[in-house]
Amino acid sequence: MPGGSREQGLARQRRDVPVVAFRDVTKVYDGGSVGLEKVSLEIGRGEFVFLVGPTGCGKSTCVRLLMKEIDADAGEILISGHELSTMPRKKVPKLRRNVGVVFQDFKLLPNRTVYDNVAYSLQVIGESRESIRRKVPDILRLVGLSTKLHNYPDQLSGGEQQRVSIARAFVNHPPLLIADEPTGNLDPETSIGIMQLIYRINRTGTTVVVATHDREMVDKMRRRVIELREGRLMRDQTGGMYSEEESTVEFAARLRKELGIGSDAHREHRDHASPLITP
Amino acid sequence: MRIGFFLREAFRALSRSAAPSLAAMLTILITALVLGVFIPVVQATTGTANEVRSRVVVDVYVKDGASDADKAALRARIEQLPNVGSLQYISKDQALAQMKKKNAQAFALLGSNPLPDSFRITPRDPGGVNAIADSLRTNPPAALDDVRNRRRDTDRILSATGLVKLVTAGLAALFLIASIALVANTIRLSIFARRREVEVMRLVGATNWFIRWPFVIEGMLVGLMGGTLAVLLLLIGKETFVDPLAHRFALLAAPSTISFTLLAVLLLVACVAVSAIGSGVTLRRFLRV
Repeated sequence: MPGGSREQGLARQRRDVPVVAFRDVTKVYDGGSVGLEKVSLEIGRGEFVFLVGPTGCGKSTCVRLLMKEIDADAGEILISGHELSTMPRKKVPKLRRNVGVVFQDFKLLPNRTVYDNVAYSLQVIGESRESIRRKVPDILRLVGLSTKLHNYPDQLSGGEQQRVSIARAFVNHPPLLIADEPTGNLDPETSIGIMQLIYRINRTGTTVVVATHDREMVDKMRRRVIELREGRLMRDQTGGMYSEEESTVEFAARLRKELGIGSDAHREHRDHASPLITP
Repeated sequence: MRIGFFLREAFRALSRSAAPSLAAMLTILITALVLGVFIPVVQATTGTANEVRSRVVVDVYVKDGASDADKAALRARIEQLPNVGSLQYISKDQALAQMKKKNAQAFALLGSNPLPDSFRITPRDPGGVNAIADSLRTNPPAALDDVRNRRRDTDRILSATGLVKLVTAGLAALFLIASIALVANTIRLSIFARRREVEVMRLVGATNWFIRWPFVIEGMLVGLMGGTLAVLLLLIGKETFVDPLAHRFALLAAPSTISFTLLAVLLLVACVAVSAIGSGVTLRRFLRV
């Protein structure tokens, strides 16, 4: 890559300020159930992190805290050095524009087409018509849906719907992308496609946090894993066995092999025919 | 671009939740009609009442055969009273002349003049008419024969106009509350119908006001439509019923009332304001971002 050393230097500098930092964060819901208890962690720029644990372990609490949908009861949460608990209400929208979020249930608007779903999210943050016209086809090409612009969500498969919601979350290229159970509703083969897409987004330099309870997938992907149990941090380890240079195609192929699926020719063929761009 | 977006969203929402919007619109329409009818009516009645009030006088009758000094003392006593607007001395002869004008035959039969000298007091504030009479009755001067004011008449007129005002105000207040509640409900349903959109807007970081404006505009459109319909109905009513009556019969003294243009503008502003308040109430409660 030309000029790579300088860019790497900048990247290393930015890495000093973690994209996400939790310091002794505690959240107790009304009624006394504990969401998080004294959780401390840091996620650096460009990292790919899994947040795992059984239902009720605090994964979704983390996601909601990061969006400032709820506030922590104690401790600090910093996003790119900005403290969330002291952040005035007025700045919350700005925060959310810099944090893309993908949900298990997609949260698409059923009465709008794929194109309009993505365009709507740009409209409501006041983007100009021109930039919407430029950005939306681009991002839909990136997620591999350029042929389904005018379909409605209920005409799409679950995997395709999730791609739309990823497109919506990433259309503004936020520095942080959070996915809360992105493959929870999908079959394993489709899940790999979604993970591949998220991995590709990560390769563009975006920090990615994926909350999931799919332990198998997590183990096979060999990325950093943060495990929560009953609101407490149980494990934070980096699966050091992966190389950062792994391309998305290699990544998907390895996942398929390790999960023991997608070996039949039909699926291989479909994967190669898909209009994915590999970085 | 933005305004266009807001309006588009508002109209989309209106057409989707037509029934509650219609209910809210009808209530606003009725409110505006009630206000539009009663404002001129109250103005007319108060105008008439004020005219009657200004005619309220206190008559002070002088004893027959009172000396000039006593009369002068009585005059001085009256002039000292607060709230005396004007004071008119009516002598026996003047009084008789006035009465003869009204009913010449009856007075022609009388050989002598039975009427006393009198002072006619027009109070500055009609409401204080009883105080004047009372203060003269306590410790009456030597020349004072009797004090008369039309206490019962004035009391009745004053309480009647007061009642009309009170009832109208109460009615208007009730309708206003109903309008606000119905607009609030409409907007609440609309928020519910569009909760996915709202969720997405919050998710991608739309500002609070960007999320709220379509709902506020939706509410104000409901108000504007109700108000416009009410103004149209009032205009029709005025053209077909009131105007011909006024022309043909020249009703009463036609006390001055609010001009129709001003009334229309006021009603429209009130309708839009009421529905904006209704939307605002709901947004505060159900759309915390």
